[in-house]
Amino acid sequence: MPRTHITTVINGDETEFLTEDSTSLLNALRDEVGLTGAKEGCGTGDCGACSILVDDRVNCSCLMFAPEADGTAIVTVEGLADSGELHPLQQCFLEGAALQCGICTPGFLMAAKALLDKNPDPTETEIRYALAGNLCRCTGYDKIIRAVQEAAREMRGQ
Amino acid sequence: MAITEENPGYKWVGTRPIRPDGVEKVTGKARFGADLTLPGMLFGKVVRSPHAHARIVSIDTSAAESMEGVKAVITGADFPDLAANGAHPSEIDVANNAIARDKVLYEGHVVAAVAAITREQAEAAAKAVAVTYEALPHVLTVDEAMADDAPLLHEAMITKGVDPAPEEPSNIASKILHERGDLDQGFGEADEVVEREFTTKPVHQGYIEPHAAVADANSDGRAHIWCSSQGHFQMRAYTATVLGVSPGTLKVTAAEIGGGFGGKTVIYLEPLAVRLSQRAGRPVKLVMDRDEVFRATGPTSGTRIKVKMGVSKDGKITAAEVWMAYEAGAYAGSPVGAAGMTAIACYDIPNFVVEGYDVVCNKPRVAAYRAPGAPMAAFAVESVLDELARTIEMDPIDIRLTNAAVEGTQASYGPKFPRIGFVETLEAIKEHPNYTAELGPNQGRGVAAGFWFNAGMMSSATVHVNENGTATVVTGSPDIGGSRQSMALMAAEELGIPYESIKPIVADTETVGFNDVTGGSRVTLATGAAVVDACRLIVEDLRGRAAKTWDVEVDQVEWVDGQAQHVDGSQPPLSLNDLAAKSGRTGGPISANASLNSRGVGAGFSTQLCDVEVDPETGVTRVVRYLSAQDAGRAISPDYVEGQMQGGVVQGIGWALNEEYIHDTEGVMENPSFLDYRMPVASDLPMIDCAIVEVPNPAHPYGVRGVGEVGIVPPMAAVGNAIRDAVDVRMTELPMSPIKVLEALNENDG
Repeated sequence: MPRTHITTVINGDETEFLTEDSTSLLNALRDEVGLTGAKEGCGTGDCGACSILVDDRVNCSCLMFAPEADGTAIVTVEGLADSGELHPLQQCFLEGAALQCGICTPGFLMAAKALLDKNPDPTETEIRYALAGNLCRCTGYDKIIRAVQEAAREMRGQ
Repeated sequence: MAITEENPGYKWVGTRPIRPDGVEKVTGKARFGADLTLPGMLFGKVVRSPHAHARIVSIDTSAAESMEGVKAVITGADFPDLAANGAHPSEIDVANNAIARDKVLYEGHVVAAVAAITREQAEAAAKAVAVTYEALPHVLTVDEAMADDAPLLHEAMITKGVDPAPEEPSNIASKILHERGDLDQGFGEADEVVEREFTTKPVHQGYIEPHAAVADANSDGRAHIWCSSQGHFQMRAYTATVLGVSPGTLKVTAAEIGGGFGGKTVIYLEPLAVRLSQRAGRPVKLVMDRDEVFRATGPTSGTRIKVKMGVSKDGKITAAEVWMAYEAGAYAGSPVGAAGMTAIACYDIPNFVVEGYDVVCNKPRVAAYRAPGAPMAAFAVESVLDELARTIEMDPIDIRLTNAAVEGTQASYGPKFPRIGFVETLEAIKEHPNYTAELGPNQGRGVAAGFWFNAGMMSSATVHVNENGTATVVTGSPDIGGSRQSMALMAAEELGIPYESIKPIVADTETVGFNDVTGGSRVTLATGAAVVDACRLIVEDLRGRAAKTWDVEVDQVEWVDGQAQHVDGSQPPLSLNDLAAKSGRTGGPISANASLNSRGVGAGFSTQLCDVEVDPETGVTRVVRYLSAQDAGRAISPDYVEGQMQGGVVQGIGWALNEEYIHDTEGVMENPSFLDYRMPVASDLPMIDCAIVEVPNPAHPYGVRGVGEVGIVPPMAAVGNAIRDAVDVRMTELPMSPIKVLEALNENDG
């Protein structure tokens, strides 16, 4: 079966891969590119575990076909830290124990980054609604919300 | 928060450092079940029954086998017939649930599996497996299954626990009974009696990571399995049973696990992956879709429960009568046994009868779910207790304090309680500002309590001291919620070295001694105790080496703050670092193993306080404030104790308000997605306040009780009692969805 050649920028590096047209971007990232940080929890866009940034917008990568990534710039959880230095969200998730099993964590980090990039000083309610597309079954969300609040404070220099 | 005993000067236990596996999990490096890829690996796909109950007439795999890229197709005939081999009935059930042989018992039951080069090829081949079924009549609820003329799932099932044994088979797998005192006398002494009937629906554990397994079989009969599970030793045992091989031929490596809550203590994909790999001669990966997870794994039981309780005017419970029927799904084994033991265990009740039935029906086989069986029973009992408190106009905490089990109380299920902390959790709620916070219009407040045994079971640990005085702590308990941190904190405390100098790992089945599953809230308790034992052996060894070095008796050497000290200070201390560097000259590598069968569990109690607001126009209930008080015994890792408390509460809120399996009349699940099976999201909830109570468990070196489960026992009743307080309706069916609340409100008005 002929495969489509895709050129993207992934986590700052120009990246090419081949894919079938019906393959989800999530499966292409995981199987072709080898980036398994984004997870499949549902495959229907309901859990957010596959959240990535595509041209600075948060997307469920399970709902995108891989060819749609052509010409875009993608950030996955693997690209969140800067040369080994953790992003404030990553650091605050660690310090605030905002993860238990950790399967949803990559999606929450990307959704939270998308929020804070647009709104550096969100209220608790704004955070809760911005993250309402991401399911966590372990934490009850309490420590996740607090970690995002703390990261926002740090990123604002407070 | 509410601490009943002071921390006796611990340096690490009870602190909140960053978890040892944290960086991998926030950078996407941690490898979960579906993240492994091996060279030459094939993708598998499972073929499942569309029928709730049917005889398999024939399976034609020839079309699938001839398709492009397909390397293996297997059916039940590719596995040994355990029934013919005289295996134990429970083993036969495990095997038949993994892949059906002659009958399918629920929609989603596995009938075949394929492996192909690509996912797409595997999916196409799975669709091409032609199965001919003869549909059979089905039963979906305990009422249908217990009816006199009900179609049978298992033609030879005779109810256990009934004397004399019934002559006719039925769908009732077993009966349980707990009795004490004289029920009639107890109700005769009551001033008020309340009786209610409750129903609950099956709910799923809802872990975000679907089941996944990779198997790589060798031509010598050995195989290596990587899977996400709550216990890779258990996976090895079950898989070996289904394959009919010795466990020693299988090596199982625990992937990081993306949630389980009891649902990953059982096998589904592992034996299929091994058999496909054997047939194909290549590694095979099997990953479930979410709808497969819903249709074929978990859930916990739907139930029907009747509770009658009597109380004197001064609040003393005089009698309790509990009748309960729990769906087991396709095979015997609902948690009705635990439900019967826990239902009234919070209270000291002189007269009671608790009767329960384990009932099979044509739904997926139930799996453990966080305090299995207890939450539904507590929903019923705690709702009735709330009504009794209202009837006699008594504070809901006070009625529980009046009847609370304490040290020495003979538990309703038999033994006398050792030191327990139930009363302390009740007092912690009463002392918290939430208890007197002002309520707004249409708001109400509910209290409920819960009990869970907590488990002990078998664990092993190995501790290695590295040449620089750091240590590796090896266990075989998959870390599902931060247990590596509690292992490292206890090891740091014992060895007297910094937490950061400890590397805790979860080893495969060939690298560490046996460990039972990560379940029953047991890992920090039992595996933790094994780690403590191994560390103490290390310290004994180190004292001996120091004594030799100084040429003194070993009793002249103490281990203090990570160094050997001479009791009279006559020698310069030897640190762990010093001793490790010289280990070659003092006896060789420094290493110790410890294995144990737990020496005593510590029962867990939780009391919770819930404030809700009910919209009388829509029936929507919103939790506006929530407080959980739980006896942890000792919170080794308070961050993750709170995490267990908060997570359990929120699962319970989902169970209370939203979650349910919905089947159509043909037994097909209608809501097998996270869109239609709606679990709580961040915008549904307030912060979850925690009051950690610490009444140490005397049977554990640090007083640990285990904290994973009891937190999910009270929430449904706490929410229901709050709804009752807010809008004066008693909800007796879960979930308490808007439509049901609205109906109840309309009935009240009518």
